[in-house]
Amino acid sequence: MTVYAVFFYIIAALIIASAGLAITRKHMVHAVLYLVVSFIATALLFYLLGAPLVGIFQVILYAGAIMVLFLFIVMMIRMAPGADRPFPAGHFIAAFGVCGVYIAAALVLAFFSGPEAGRPMAAAAASPAAFGFYLFDQHWLAVEMISILLLVALIGALHLGRAGRRKQSGNKEP
Amino acid sequence: MGLWLTGYAILMIKIAVILTGVLLLAAYLVLLERKLLGRFQARIGPNRTGIFGLLQPVSDGIKLLTKEDVIPQGAHRRIFLFAPAVVAATALLTFAVVPMGPDLHLGGRKIPMVVTDMNVGLLYVFAMASLSVYGVVLGGWASDSKYAMLGSIRGAAQMISYELALGLSIVPVVMLAGSLSLVDIVDAQAGRPFILVQPLAFVIFFLSAMAESKRIPFDLPEAEAELGSGYHTEYSGMRFGMFFLGEYVQMQVLGALTAVFFLGGWRGPLLPAPLWLLVKIVLVVTAMIWIRATLPRFRYDQLMGLGWKFLIPAALINIVITGFVMVGI
Repeated sequence: MTVYAVFFYIIAALIIASAGLAITRKHMVHAVLYLVVSFIATALLFYLLGAPLVGIFQVILYAGAIMVLFLFIVMMIRMAPGADRPFPAGHFIAAFGVCGVYIAAALVLAFFSGPEAGRPMAAAAASPAAFGFYLFDQHWLAVEMISILLLVALIGALHLGRAGRRKQSGNKEP
Repeated sequence: MGLWLTGYAILMIKIAVILTGVLLLAAYLVLLERKLLGRFQARIGPNRTGIFGLLQPVSDGIKLLTKEDVIPQGAHRRIFLFAPAVVAATALLTFAVVPMGPDLHLGGRKIPMVVTDMNVGLLYVFAMASLSVYGVVLGGWASDSKYAMLGSIRGAAQMISYELALGLSIVPVVMLAGSLSLVDIVDAQAGRPFILVQPLAFVIFFLSAMAESKRIPFDLPEAEAELGSGYHTEYSGMRFGMFFLGEYVQMQVLGALTAVFFLGGWRGPLLPAPLWLLVKIVLVVTAMIWIRATLPRFRYDQLMGLGWKFLIPAALINIVITGFVMVGI
């Protein structure tokens, strides 16, 4: 086994273990933290596979931005009493069923896909500049659509914030 | 195998040298800050330990290490113990991509004066900055104290807000250098440092960097008068020391990044390259200490207003102008 393979199996085990802990922990802050560990380990895996850009995005966006917001909300919530009890067995059976189907589908895909399947990795492993050209050249429509979607969300947030403020000042005036 | 071992040994030596230098400098920055603050406030500052108080960091270290490590009763123990390490580790890890000088040629072997030259080095810096939020948030939450909790909420909101301005202010530098690698960015400043071409970006970067480091006038997460001392109120002994160390290492990180992005990194006449970087770091840190001694603390809405209504729009306009100028040329 090469050094790369050793690292791959260590990281893979870390991802699976932390993801498993993330969905079985009842304490929500602990669950969020295990999910963060799982994301960082995934980023390491991307780096190992020669795609540092994707790995860094995984850390900045998922571990650094989205999960901080999750943690922020979860920290404010007071746990209901008795929430520390383990999950009922029925939940586990359903979860394992869904997982089994998913893993089976992934394995089938992996076995029956040709050498072509490795192609998306080429764009991911490229230099940041080449990746940028690829994105804005080949997928400009998707990029523009997402930016419009974000703009809509931004304006929506602005509108909601203003509505609240108007009501407040309306109460003050009379 | 021999080649592999040599490479490994060189890497370890580089890490050891940088780590020692950074930790030593952090200890003496504390002394520098106390001395300067003393002078700014018409006092003398620490001068009892050694000549000019030069042994003060040693005695501070001994004091922190021998103090009792108190864990509050209601604290979430494991997270409480873990949080200070996140702050210190993310700050130290950032130095992995900071170039210390030009390539060294030793016995026909090219040794780059940087631990790792990533082609996504700049994004790596931001990744570490965004992970350091966890130390602040978890430290405050796990303490089970309302002051620590309030401090960590403020800290997280502030760091997330100013990360945007910090990132956007660097975009023109990346456009000019044409690379995300810190080594290439320094190389691109061989003719002139970027502060001459991008003064607005420099101001935005410096302001957001100060806000990221949570120092006066942006120290709302630790505002002593209102919150005890914010997210590290409940910490004591060396765990408090880790937060403290993290803060001073982060000041060096910001000094080093300001040097790399705007002041030409290790470039300079006469003196050897690492010394130039050191001079520039100390210069930036001194400016930060001076500002700390001069300004009062912001109000919270002023802090958020400055970030969202001034720095971010200014950074966006700066990007557009830089783009037009570059296309025009």
